[in-house]
Formats: sequence, structure tokens, C-alpha cells
Amino acid sequence: MPLPADTDVSTPKFLRDKYAIVGIGETTYTRGSDKTTRALGTWALRNAAEDAGIKTSDIDGMLSYSNNDSTSATFMAGDIGARLNFYMDCVGGGSSTEALIGIAIGVMEAGLCNCVALFRAMNGFSQVRIGGTGARSATPVGGDMLHSRAYGWQSAGQMFSPTFMRHMYEYGTRPEQVAMVKVVHSEHASNNPKAYYKKRYTVDDVLESRIICKPLHLLDCCVETDNATAIIITRADRAKDMRHTPALIRGIAGRCSKPRMDMHYQAGPISRVGGYYAKDILWPNAGVGPEDIDATGAYDAFTFTSMLQLEDYGFCKKGESGDYVSSGITRLGGRRPNNTSGGHLCEGYTHGMNMVIENVRQLRHDVDDSCPVGADGKRQHTYDYREGGCRQVKDIEVTANLGWANPMTGSAMVMRRG
Amino acid sequence: MSIQGNYLGMSLSIDDLDKENLTYFAHCARHGFHLQKCDDCGLLRYPPTTGCPWCSSPRATWTGVEGKGEVHSYEEVHHAIQPAFKAHTPYMVLLVDLDTQKGQPSEFEALRVVGNLTTQDGVLAPPELVRQVGIGTRVRLVFSDVSEGLSLPQWAIDTTAKQPDKPWRYPQE
Repeated sequence: MPLPADTDVSTPKFLRDKYAIVGIGETTYTRGSDKTTRALGTWALRNAAEDAGIKTSDIDGMLSYSNNDSTSATFMAGDIGARLNFYMDCVGGGSSTEALIGIAIGVMEAGLCNCVALFRAMNGFSQVRIGGTGARSATPVGGDMLHSRAYGWQSAGQMFSPTFMRHMYEYGTRPEQVAMVKVVHSEHASNNPKAYYKKRYTVDDVLESRIICKPLHLLDCCVETDNATAIIITRADRAKDMRHTPALIRGIAGRCSKPRMDMHYQAGPISRVGGYYAKDILWPNAGVGPEDIDATGAYDAFTFTSMLQLEDYGFCKKGESGDYVSSGITRLGGRRPNNTSGGHLCEGYTHGMNMVIENVRQLRHDVDDSCPVGADGKRQHTYDYREGGCRQVKDIEVTANLGWANPMTGSAMVMRRG
Repeated sequence: MSIQGNYLGMSLSIDDLDKENLTYFAHCARHGFHLQKCDDCGLLRYPPTTGCPWCSSPRATWTGVEGKGEVHSYEEVHHAIQPAFKAHTPYMVLLVDLDTQKGQPSEFEALRVVGNLTTQDGVLAPPELVRQVGIGTRVRLVFSDVSEGLSLPQWAIDTTAKQPDKPWRYPQE
């Protein structure tokens, strides 16, 4: 006799809350880091170990992802003085963060190692530009790429736009609704001293910015930055000895995809994204649903990517994300803020890492805003979200990260305050 | 035999091992549009693949397909990434539902064939043509000749078809 959803989970229930994110680290979000990805990655890992309150040599597993634009665990391990029992450098961009955290849990559960660090180091502005311009855009076009690049169809924005345009056609999504994603995330960034862009933008600012690839204006696109980010994962029982309140991992969906990954537009509806399938893994695994989530980290490579994921994961009805992001729900002070750091649109572009890092800080109730630090070393949050003010979500307990690779593939993770 | 060509200053090539793409483009070079039709489930597929994405059968037969359809979605590139396209902005990338096999295997599927909007001669469309096209526009397949043995399938407005009164276009022009 089958039980409800819980019987059909890919993560056994006993893994819920068994592993935690205990350390987070990043380098300054810049354009022009003047450092190699190796140097950036080393500093992010050192910062994450210090944040966790462990020695870098306590790290015995390492994961990374890149698109041939970064260093690898083989260099990082030596640079932090760690001897590894497991490592893996994966090909990938967005949606890798949550997926690789899932792999970290798997290798620890299998007894291969005890403490896994995940890093992403990139000079996304000054070396291999994330927007697709520069050396990568002028490479010869061969084989299967003749069906895309030969048509000037190559960058992320270009590859995703047919999905965005069809969504507007099918559901009547309006440009000024889409622009609200940037408006809200820029409000959050204005309360984040680390954010590359701290300026608050208006709907008109977005709509008056130049068209990159219709339906995308310049301000619908994320910021290209140089930075490295790192996350340390270990068993929750070990987390007790560490510096901060752990962010317990409830459940994960990793690189869950639509059919026809060779060209996903062959399967429809094309306004549907990978989250449509991932939600059926995520929520049963985590034992919660969208209504239980206090803050989301819906990947904002573009304004549209946050929206399409929020609706396919069930935070609103299909087609109604334009209303959802315009309603105030996703704002600090709203029912369920999204990307409280300013995300990829404003803080910096990390292929998903900074959105997980932000939710870890939120769950610690200790985001690094401008609120005064008290005698206990913790910020005294005011919950006054005016420009330059607080960005801590009050009494936050559960978060969801929705990672995006492209319209066909997504990863997700639910965390709760330990 | 591998195929090589230069298109808008961009190097295009197909390796001699890549039998599926070589066959597809050999038909294109003769201005014919052929797709693999699965010998087991009978469904056509695009772009070329080794196995059938719908039933996994490795057996297929190249079959001529009529190059007519309707724009399912589009984008208009104003900021080109590739140097080859910088002189041609704004250009349009179209995702076209072929009439053949539309609505199969489910109501949400179609053979969605990518191409740029071009003139009837296969030249990238000028801005005044770009402004006429949107979701619902009826188009027909034409070819851009790249070099001996290499032509790219493209889309031109089908002047013989009944067009929608107003194709759907992005609301902010």
C-alpha cells in the first residue's frame, strides 16, 4: 500500500537535516580582480574555512564546476594545504551549486570523506565573459553547433529568449511586470555592502535601457563580475562544534531536466522549465511545500529566469509570475523575499553560489548588512528595509534555492535553520 | 568527407565522422530538407540525432519534408555576440513549427526548426522585414548558400500563404 509523496522520494527521509552548510566564503565582487582564478578560489576557500571555524586542512573532499574557465581542485587542495580523499571537477554553470551539494552529501554518506568544500572561481568579466562576448564568441562552429551558432544563436540570453517570448505570448506577461524583478532585487542590493551594483532601479530604468536581445533589455540581464565563492558541507552532528548556526539541508533536486536535451524546444510547452519536473523531487524530499518557504533564491541570470522558476516550482500558478513578482511578495518585508542579496542581477554573477550563501546567512539570522554590531558580535537587525538599511528577513526558518542552467535544466535545495 | 565553409566571416565545419550532420547538410546543399524518420515509431526528428528521442530506436530513414510552417517563438538580436553578426543587427532567430507532424507526439510538440529570418534569396532580413514578423507568421524554408556542398536552411515569409492580420510581437516596440 503506497504512502503519499514520501514513498516516492529520491533522498531517503533519514538524510533530511543530516548534513549542513557550515562555512561560506567569497571574494570581493569586482570587475577586474587582478588575480587568477586559482588565487581567487584559494581565498574563497580560506574565507569559508574561517567562517566555519575549521582549519583548511580539515577539508578532505572538494568539488568544483566550470566551463573551461577556471582552476581545479588539484590546484586548490595544495594551495590550502589539504590532502583530499575525494575530489571532482565538473563541467557546468548555473544549477551546479545545488546539484554538487547533493553529490557532497552522497560521497560523505558513502563514507568517502567527512568535510566537503565546493568552490566556483571565475573572472566572468575580465577573462571569459559570461555574457558571451570576447574570444569564446569567435570560435569556429562545428558539427551539432551548426544548428544554433550558425544562426547567431549562442549566448545564454540568445538561447533562452524563445522561452521568454513564448511565455509573454501565452500568458500576457508584460514588460513592466518582468522589470519588477530587477527593481526588487536592486532594492535588496542597496542594503548589501558587498553588491557590485547598489543603485536602486525603477521600472522605467529597465524599460528604457537598450535592447540586447528582444525581449531582454540590458537591465534584464545579470551583471558580469570576477569572483570566487565557496561552501563547506559536513554532517550536522559535527556542525555543533563550528562557529555559526548550521543551515541544515532538507532536500535537493539536481540538474533535473526536460526531455530532448539536445534541443529542448522540440518538447513542449516551451514556456515550461526544468523546475516543472524538479518540484516533484524537491518538495517530497524536503517534506515541505512552497507555502512553508520563508525566502527564495530563484536564479536571476535574467529577470525572466526567476519568474519562470517561481511558477513551475508552484509559488504561484503557471503564467502568473508577472503578478507574483509585482505584488510585493518577493520584496524584503514581503511574505517571501527573493534573492535578498540582490542576486546575479545586482550583487554579482557566481553561477548560483551567492544565492545559496545568502540564504545560509539569512538562516543564521546574521546577514552582513549595515545594521550595528552588538556586544555579542552579532548584528542588531532593525528590519527597516529602507535604502542602505537592514536586509535580514525576520524569524526566517526555511529557504528554497532554485538553480537554473537553462530552460530545460534546474536544480533546487531546501534548507532550514539548525 | 568533411565539409567546411565560411559564412559571414565565420568558419563552419562538419567532421568526416559526423555521418548524421553530413547527410542532413548534403540534402541542404541540394536545397532539399530531409529529416530522419524513425523506422520503428514512425516519428520524424530535428535536428539530426543518432537514436530516436521518442522511442530510442537506432534505425531511421532520411525522408523529404515540406519546409512550411508557422513562427512558434522568436527573438530579435540587437546586440550581437559573434563578430560575424555585428553588421547584421537587428537580426531575427525564429523557432518554426513545421506543418508536418505538428501536435505529435503530444499536443505540445512540433518539429521546431531554427533559422534566421531572411529574404526570399536567403540573405539575412533587413530591419523593415524584421518588423513584419512575429508569432503566427507563415514562413517557408529557403537556403543560404555558404560554399560548395554547404547551405544553411533559413526562413522567409511565405508570400503564398494566408498571413495572420497581425502577428504577435513583443509589446514594447
